[in-house]
Amino acid sequence: MTDVLNPPVHIESHDHGHDEHHGPTGILKWITTTDHKIIGLSYTVTAVIMLVIGGAFAEIIRAQLASPNGNLVSLAQYNELFTMHGSVMIYLFAGPFAFGALANIIVPIQIGAPDMAFPRLNALSYWLYLTGAITMLSGFFVSGGAANFGWVAYAPLSNSINTPGAGADLWIGGLLLTGFSAIFTGVNLCATIFYLRAPGMTMFRMPIFTWNMLVTAILILLAFPVLTAGLVMLYCDRHFGTHIFSVAGGGVPVLWQHLFWFWGHPEVYILALPFFGMVTEIIAVFSRKPVFGYKGMIFATLSIAALSLGVWAHHMFTTGVVLLPFFSIMSLLIAVPTGIKMFNWIGTMWRGEVWFSTAMLMALGFLFTFLIGGLTGIYLASPPLDFFTHDTYFVVAHFHSVVMALVLAGMAGLYYWGPKITGYLLNEAIGKWQFWTLFIGSQVFTFPLYILGLEGMPRRVAVYAHDAQWKALNDLSTLGAVIIGVSTILFVVNVVVSWKRYPAGDNPWDGHTLEWFTTSPPPHHNFYRLPQIRSERPTWDYNHPGHQALHHGQYDEPSQPAQEVPVP
Amino acid sequence: MRVEAKVLLGLGLFFGVMCAVYWNWSLENAGGVMMFAAMLLCFLPGGYYYWWSRRMKARPEDDPNATQEGGAGVVGAFPGTSIWPFTLGMGTFFVVLALVFGIWLLVPGLGLVFWAMIGGTAEGRRGGTH
Repeated sequence: MTDVLNPPVHIESHDHGHDEHHGPTGILKWITTTDHKIIGLSYTVTAVIMLVIGGAFAEIIRAQLASPNGNLVSLAQYNELFTMHGSVMIYLFAGPFAFGALANIIVPIQIGAPDMAFPRLNALSYWLYLTGAITMLSGFFVSGGAANFGWVAYAPLSNSINTPGAGADLWIGGLLLTGFSAIFTGVNLCATIFYLRAPGMTMFRMPIFTWNMLVTAILILLAFPVLTAGLVMLYCDRHFGTHIFSVAGGGVPVLWQHLFWFWGHPEVYILALPFFGMVTEIIAVFSRKPVFGYKGMIFATLSIAALSLGVWAHHMFTTGVVLLPFFSIMSLLIAVPTGIKMFNWIGTMWRGEVWFSTAMLMALGFLFTFLIGGLTGIYLASPPLDFFTHDTYFVVAHFHSVVMALVLAGMAGLYYWGPKITGYLLNEAIGKWQFWTLFIGSQVFTFPLYILGLEGMPRRVAVYAHDAQWKALNDLSTLGAVIIGVSTILFVVNVVVSWKRYPAGDNPWDGHTLEWFTTSPPPHHNFYRLPQIRSERPTWDYNHPGHQALHHGQYDEPSQPAQEVPVP
Repeated sequence: MRVEAKVLLGLGLFFGVMCAVYWNWSLENAGGVMMFAAMLLCFLPGGYYYWWSRRMKARPEDDPNATQEGGAGVVGAFPGTSIWPFTLGMGTFFVVLALVFGIWLLVPGLGLVFWAMIGGTAEGRRGGTH
């Protein structure tokens, strides 16, 4: 049996004690805070607002495509919409939600730390993210409108002749700010995980979510500076007369693609790995088992990260100037560690006592949807197939399967960790309605796009040929988008209905990791006490004293939760 | 510390091998340079951690048998609240807006940045806010 000790965390703090924090209140509290939980909440709220904005753009895009000659928006407005939809979702929602919101809140608590290693830098990261988002979106309010060159900003389309106006510059400026925000968060996460772990929390006892965030942080530090450098070059081409990306001045347009995708493909994993981590935690807890193949999961994550830096040019197969066999082999290899993860997720559930809570359903929805996105990605890693489908809706369908999987995983994370963050559970009945609408909507939205792509419908077009089948498929996809919109409304309804209604207690799911050992919400500096850490499941070990702490490869018999679980 | 070092050195080694294969096979410079830089970026902190891991005792967080009592002590100094990150963020915001709307915005932008740098440094020297 493990004993609880007296407060082991001694902090040289200038507050009046680490359990009670007497600081500013109201808006000043949110502006001056350096508490990782409040900063994480700020990230969460901002990122969810970005999801709603990006989702609204998607609904307009789908409404435009509901008929072949749609005239809901002009061609120029359509270009702005698909550019800003991609930009908002990738730069302002998915990444910041994962490594700004949930990682900020959860990682320090999972390793028994009182805060992030650099709290003021953490606060600065948030302000750079918020101002970056405002900068990018303010393009809609300037003459000429927002950026309209696609979220990838390919040169020479993005130069000052082809895309004049302040909207493009605001896009570049916004991305610079959010890029620095991400880099600072990466530094902070690495330092926190390397230096602020609790005694006994060895690297191979860290929760998989924390491991994935560490690897994500390393990827951020390797990839984001390249994007920042590329953006500075692009700005110089636009305003200072340089010709880095223009053929006329002796530059190389395809260099932008190299720089962009050297960041862009690791970015896919910067987005995905945190969600892989969330799902791993959720599946283990709701299967009442330890993670199957714990070390295998870690090495798979490291392998994915390593390989992801060597696959960037599979986005550039059709340029004709990249080494096809190298990038094809490297891209196909990523399927191996990803397959190991899929196998381990199933292995974790195997013979477990699976509890189909909303969080678990969302996680299962992620598995299915990500499998579809991953398998179609393997096709695209093959140059002949990529030549056939490049810039068609097949590619759009592929990455929307992936990102819808990540949205499902993100929702799983909110249902799972929301009670820890707020102290209150969300309503499970509404949550299950939300799951089914989100899951079904995602499939109805993406499947027609695969067929449209294989039939040759190009992406980024506001109008398309009069073809009864194309119209039917587009209508079906639009219906899927509407169902996804309904699921978002259900989530908002759930938050309103459940607001401070269902107290969660400290450990509503019989969780495994340290965040479930502290109160909900955690106190200032996170812990009043810590258990002895003897496995990767210290809270579970403490709550189940009859069971010996398990080492890797050992499995306990499934057991009932230690307490009655209040499910609204 | 040893595991941290191995992770970073292992990634650096992989990028080094990948860089050699890619550069020799493709003769393409941009990707080769980026992978070479990725290798250096892993070797630099990885080497630092490895150097220290061979010269220091296992920290409580590296010791699988460490007790909470054994690790008790000062973890670090954490500021209560601070206005300077917000000030620095707003200053940077104005500096970026100056790139779009006019160089005059550098005046409030750089003003806020320098004010935040001085204020933040002074706050750190005082030992943070109460």
